[in-house]
Amino acid sequence: MSHSTAEKLVYMANQIATAFSAQKHAEAVEATRIHIQKFWDPRMRSKIAEHIAHGGEGLSPIAKEALEGLQAAKAA
Amino acid sequence: MSLVHEIDYGTPASKSEKLVSLTIDGMSVTVPEGTSIMRAAMELGNQIPKLCATDMLESFGSCRLCLIEIEGRNGTPASCTTPVAEGIVVKTQTERLKQIRKGVMELYISDHPLDCLTCSANGDCELQDMAGVVGLRDVRYGYEGENHTKLGKDESNPYFTYEQSKCIVCNRCVRACEEVQGTFALTISGRGFGSRVSPGMDEPFLTSECVSCGACVQACPTATLNEKAMYDIGTPEHSVVTTCAYCGVGCTFKAEMRGDELVRMVPYKDGKANRGHSCVKGRFAYGYAAHQDRILKPMIRSSIHEPWKEVTYEEAIAYAASEFKRIQEKYGKRAVGGITSSRCTNEETYLVQKLIRGGFGNNNVDTCARVCHSPTGYGLSQTYGTSAGTQDFDSVEETDVVLIIGANPTDGHPVFGSRLKKRLREGAKLIVVDPRRTDIVRSPHIEASYHLPLKPGTNVAIVTALAHVVVTEGLVNEQFVRERCDWDEFQDWAAFVADERHSPEAVEKYTGVDPALVRGAARLYATGGNGSIYYGLGVTEHSQGSTTVMAIANLAMATGNVGRNGVGVNPLRGQNNVQGSCDMGSFPHELPGYRHVSDDATRSTFEALWGVPLDDEPGLRIPNMFDAAVDGTFKGLYVQGEDILQSDPDTKHVSAGLAGLECLIVQDLFLNETANYAHIFLPGCSFLEKDGTFTNAERRIQRIRKVMAPKNGYADWEVTQLLANALGFPMTYTHPSQIMDEIAALTPTFTGVNYAKLDELGSVQWPCNDEAPEGTPIMHIGGFVRGKGKFVLTEYVPTDEKTGPRFPLLLTTGRILSQYNVGAQTRRTANVAWHPEDVLEIHAHDAENRGIRDGDFVKLDSRAGSTSLKAVISDRVAPGVVYTTFHHPVTQANVVTTDYSDWATNCPEYKVTAVQVSPSNGPTQWQEDYENLSRTSRRIAAEAAE
Repeated sequence: MSHSTAEKLVYMANQIATAFSAQKHAEAVEATRIHIQKFWDPRMRSKIAEHIAHGGEGLSPIAKEALEGLQAAKAA
Repeated sequence: MSLVHEIDYGTPASKSEKLVSLTIDGMSVTVPEGTSIMRAAMELGNQIPKLCATDMLESFGSCRLCLIEIEGRNGTPASCTTPVAEGIVVKTQTERLKQIRKGVMELYISDHPLDCLTCSANGDCELQDMAGVVGLRDVRYGYEGENHTKLGKDESNPYFTYEQSKCIVCNRCVRACEEVQGTFALTISGRGFGSRVSPGMDEPFLTSECVSCGACVQACPTATLNEKAMYDIGTPEHSVVTTCAYCGVGCTFKAEMRGDELVRMVPYKDGKANRGHSCVKGRFAYGYAAHQDRILKPMIRSSIHEPWKEVTYEEAIAYAASEFKRIQEKYGKRAVGGITSSRCTNEETYLVQKLIRGGFGNNNVDTCARVCHSPTGYGLSQTYGTSAGTQDFDSVEETDVVLIIGANPTDGHPVFGSRLKKRLREGAKLIVVDPRRTDIVRSPHIEASYHLPLKPGTNVAIVTALAHVVVTEGLVNEQFVRERCDWDEFQDWAAFVADERHSPEAVEKYTGVDPALVRGAARLYATGGNGSIYYGLGVTEHSQGSTTVMAIANLAMATGNVGRNGVGVNPLRGQNNVQGSCDMGSFPHELPGYRHVSDDATRSTFEALWGVPLDDEPGLRIPNMFDAAVDGTFKGLYVQGEDILQSDPDTKHVSAGLAGLECLIVQDLFLNETANYAHIFLPGCSFLEKDGTFTNAERRIQRIRKVMAPKNGYADWEVTQLLANALGFPMTYTHPSQIMDEIAALTPTFTGVNYAKLDELGSVQWPCNDEAPEGTPIMHIGGFVRGKGKFVLTEYVPTDEKTGPRFPLLLTTGRILSQYNVGAQTRRTANVAWHPEDVLEIHAHDAENRGIRDGDFVKLDSRAGSTSLKAVISDRVAPGVVYTTFHHPVTQANVVTTDYSDWATNCPEYKVTAVQVSPSNGPTQWQEDYENLSRTSRRIAAEAAE
């Protein structure tokens, strides 16, 4: 497993998304978003937001949608 | 202050609800049916002379001293084996009884050394007492004939002696080993006059199967089995009731003292977790508290390459405060944090998290539960609404089927293990889910009905397969589910687990477990009566640790095994105060009482009392702290009572993180491995030297009591308070009871907790509040804390840690009976006699393929790193699986483990590492480099040390 922080955060976000993937898609996205909002320190969320801003490479569809939702909620 | 003398009623209490009245020595007494006459007499205060009886053991009737007379009955029956009967009239003292007893005692003493004045048990000997009680004044038989008085001593056990010449063959030790401990290590060898107590096959104690729990020593009525400390120090003169500082069972002990010297720790019968039993650690392994390695003065240095300099507390605290202020000014408020300890008290962990949230101004607080039971907190909170186990330990006495998953209670939680084994011997059935054939699978008089030896990392697949059988074979307790759980979620879950891909046959390709075993185990758990689940780190320390906890919770709900005595979901917590440290708000997203930091109403109650605004954003978890330190955004860390370098996974990454800190404060008893990277060392205080409370695995809050002054000058909470005050966050507590009062004022599940109540009741289990003023032994009675129980879908996701050609074996790690966690305490006791080093258990097939013989030095490689240690050929592990412990820093087993972790909590995946094993000639480069670092880093400047 890589020790690059961005890569590690992508891995972690995907892990969370996979754990919720047995649920319906919208529920899985929401559960992933809430989990990251609830448990990740602000610098971790900022770092993954930067990664999304650069295309979000490596993120699963559920993870990416959840993180975009997180960004949207923050902007709102 | 005096010795705490517990009444010995001679035989155990009867559980019958039917009462019987009788007359003893002219006095009426009413007791439960089944009570012995001996016990009934003691209820009246009449102590019938006895030697082979004690209330920790079933009656035996061999010593012939406790004889009585019953009106209308012939003879002189033994009061210990004769039950009470309605209306009988008993006499415990008559001329005939006096003569018989004196004659019996005369025979005992005729074969006993008359060295009472120099005997280690002088003043603490039941034989001596009974000689006095029966009025024995001489022995007519002389000592010329054949006797046992010249037999030698077995001093092989480091903690107690076996002095055969003083044995009266009362069998108490043998029965204690069988009934209380359940090891069956002792027997009576020989016959008649030649009868002697024998460990194993007439072996020395040390090399026998004896686990040194101390039950035999406790039971012995003479000096035959006696603590060596009694030889060295003498008998104690006062005692203090306190709580063990080892595992999460939380045994209550009497610390028996002479002045401020601890003579021995004796298990306390009124202890509600241990019921008078103990293990080798709590009973004997307390010597670390007085070990020469303890650091008693604060030390500082500006660089880890410099030797330590001893300073005053004022200097050390001032330096720490100035460094943390400097770092926060330079890098920001969130650049510092702290780690609380599951070995410290509730009050101390509460204070550290308060300092971090209120004094540092952020939520960068975490605790060692991160690396053990954080998935328990998450999983049980999601499904049941409470981050804790559901039962008390007494509940095991009512269980019918025990399902153990990923736990090794006879080694990790030995006193509970003994209570569990007792229930199994009474007839309860056992299912074990574990890659290893642990001792509980097959031991004397115990055999698991099912052992599911799954491949490491496949817990979710196996537990979901168990659920598949329950659902598809119609074994769901529908009434329970309809009443107490969310029915719609249950239906979704039932459809999910019923899918053929979750069947035992389908998952066999992952788990390697015979589907017939899985089906049999599921049927037994669902239909065998009260089904209880006990689990440990073999569940939580996986990339799907939280998912497995939820799968377990699902299974218990589906079968209706929650909310009453004898059932439930029981996490066996590793360290003494894991539950408490979590309760006290040690996680970075939660305030005390498991309330999220973003909750404005909760935060405002703390802000009002603490007088500072609190951060509403979650902080860093321990692994995130290391990542942030490597990244350069985290620069200061305060670690109380934890050795993260040795205990956390992927040691190289941890050390890189620690090396990136500009200020690391370590507060500990010893210069631990983490302290190699520290700049400030604050001396820690042992559990014997402070007041406070621990909360054990059954949510039981128990007092620890100071029995001697802190050798380092301050209790740990006082040092935290000094640091808080230096940082400008005032704290003015003068006793830990005041801290508990504050906890109670802020935490709804603790509102009824205070020291006066703990002193009165002995302990309470939270929730303890207006609704449950004396606590809550069993949770979720009548309904779940969260409302309706929540079924969660638990898809099996294989770990990304894969075996392959380079790393074909799976390493799983654990611990053993005699050592504890990173070994900082137990390595500094005589427990090293049983485990002087970590070894690698490897199956003969894997060893032979690699040319490895038993005892060979081998290299253990993984993608993360390598170490070397000795190999032990074992059939306890399956081919393809190897096992080791992490008790010794010389081995540094965590150099090998990876930083894969649980998806929900980042709890490390200690239990699955792909490795290769090969013959080796000596230490790896890492071990040599680390040894050098460790040696240079522990230097203390000579001028200051003198």
